[in-house]
Amino acid sequence: MKILVAVKRVVDFNVKIRVQADGSGVNTDGVKMSMNPFDEIAVEEAVRLKEAGIASEVIAISIGEGKAQDTIRTALALGADRGIHIQTDDVIEPLLAAKTLKEIVDREQPDLVMLGKQAIDDDANQTPQMLAALLGWGQGTFASSLEISSTHVTVVREIDGGLETLSLKLPCVISTDLRLNEPRYASLPNIMKAKKKPIETFSLDDLGVAASQRLQVITVEEPPHRQAGQIVASVSELVEKLKTQAKVI
Amino acid sequence: MRTLVLAEHNASELNANTLNTVTCATALGLVDVLVVGHDCVAVAKECAAIEGVGNVLCIEDAKHAHPLAETLAPILCALGDNYEALLAPASTFGKNIMPRVAALLDVQQISDVCEVIDENTFKRPIYAGNAIATVRSCDAKKVITVRTTAFDAALPTGGSAAIQSLSFETGTDLSTFVSSQLTQSDRPELTSSSVIVSGGRGLGSIESFALLEQLADTLDAAIGASRAAVDAGFAPNDYQIGQTGKVVAPDLYIAVGISGAIQHLAGMKDSRIIVAINNDPDAPIFKVADYGLVADLFEVLPELAQALEQ
Repeated sequence: MKILVAVKRVVDFNVKIRVQADGSGVNTDGVKMSMNPFDEIAVEEAVRLKEAGIASEVIAISIGEGKAQDTIRTALALGADRGIHIQTDDVIEPLLAAKTLKEIVDREQPDLVMLGKQAIDDDANQTPQMLAALLGWGQGTFASSLEISSTHVTVVREIDGGLETLSLKLPCVISTDLRLNEPRYASLPNIMKAKKKPIETFSLDDLGVAASQRLQVITVEEPPHRQAGQIVASVSELVEKLKTQAKVI
Repeated sequence: MRTLVLAEHNASELNANTLNTVTCATALGLVDVLVVGHDCVAVAKECAAIEGVGNVLCIEDAKHAHPLAETLAPILCALGDNYEALLAPASTFGKNIMPRVAALLDVQQISDVCEVIDENTFKRPIYAGNAIATVRSCDAKKVITVRTTAFDAALPTGGSAAIQSLSFETGTDLSTFVSSQLTQSDRPELTSSSVIVSGGRGLGSIESFALLEQLADTLDAAIGASRAAVDAGFAPNDYQIGQTGKVVAPDLYIAVGISGAIQHLAGMKDSRIIVAINNDPDAPIFKVADYGLVADLFEVLPELAQALEQ
């Protein structure tokens, strides 16, 4: 079984982002960038499937500027076999990402595509579902456990009311949620080994994908700030304030 | 503009988040509601009574007993011909289905809309709500998921929409429902409850997490959790509040033993009154709390429940 994993380079989850004063966006200059944490979970799951003898090859793919290669290298250090980089400076919205990934799926013919359920920058939560739609494949979103047979994947999904189990026909698209696994750290020898693994590079033109931006960003602003309130000294003071000041109980 | 709202329900009851989604749709134009399910007449009737709803379209079939994106998306695409905007709540239900619809229609979806500026322009949170983007869509048709805490609920009564039964040939072997394990609870539903008691890693164990029960009983509150508490196994996944879990905005949010990572704040900072109880005076949760109590939660929790009972 061949698995394709899509990984996105995003502002590290520990960074407190700053909105540009002119409203043009979020400052990413000199900010630590990392692999989207949900994509790390997707890579980890694919590598575990390979270690379990279920997958034969894991391919990591990323779309974006030159530095997206760093993110692919990270996936290779975690155990992916080779990388594909779609190099572009264009704004990549989820629909365009899905169209681009579809072209690679058509070429590589994987049995399974895995992606994080959302990227922690735009928080869109769209690309996996869109890719499944464009491919005409089934989708297992927000996966917290996978069981793979020769023809199907049984996926447990984290939904608002609890958990739901679906059976999906292969090939299919899986979007990974937090509790699917705990990603490993790349070891130094594996980081060194990853430098020798091949990365193929394409442009959008090579794939016949036309860049188009459908959502124009007019402005990006800070959300309204909450004022820190008061520290109360005791339970009785708290209850008193909730009753007389906040009037919520 | 004509809009179609996809109702979320469990066949017997409409999920309250649909009411907030209707309010968002009303800001765009006329509102019809689509109910897809099995034996869901009661839900269609509920939708028909919502103030501001023009028509209710109802598709009933045993194969829709459990909503699957693969079967629902083609229905929305076909009905979408008659509408300029398709909306659903940004719950796991809406998030699962709508991007599939958008891709089939070649539309760039707008996720988590928290404000409608005009029929092409919307505000939505990015970076865990640490920035708000105003975006203008150039797609002729809009596909939208709605951040339901940002909109008031439409009145559930007062409307008298016509209910139109439709049938739609759809079937797929791409995916099959196997089972579900839904959390059974007599408490209010988390995303629509007016009071939430929420626990974090500070509770330390699944047994201690149960200490929240007494307080929640007293306040008729829903119980939530931080990611740390869910990862540690203190609470089930559907309790999780935050960037990647549920987004809530109750009148009163009581955070117990929660440090306040930005990912958690993303899911609750629009609550009206926030109370934080934590033994670490430097915990970031105190920066957003209206009332902070620096104390050992094991001492004050029983005391608080008792004080509130009186």
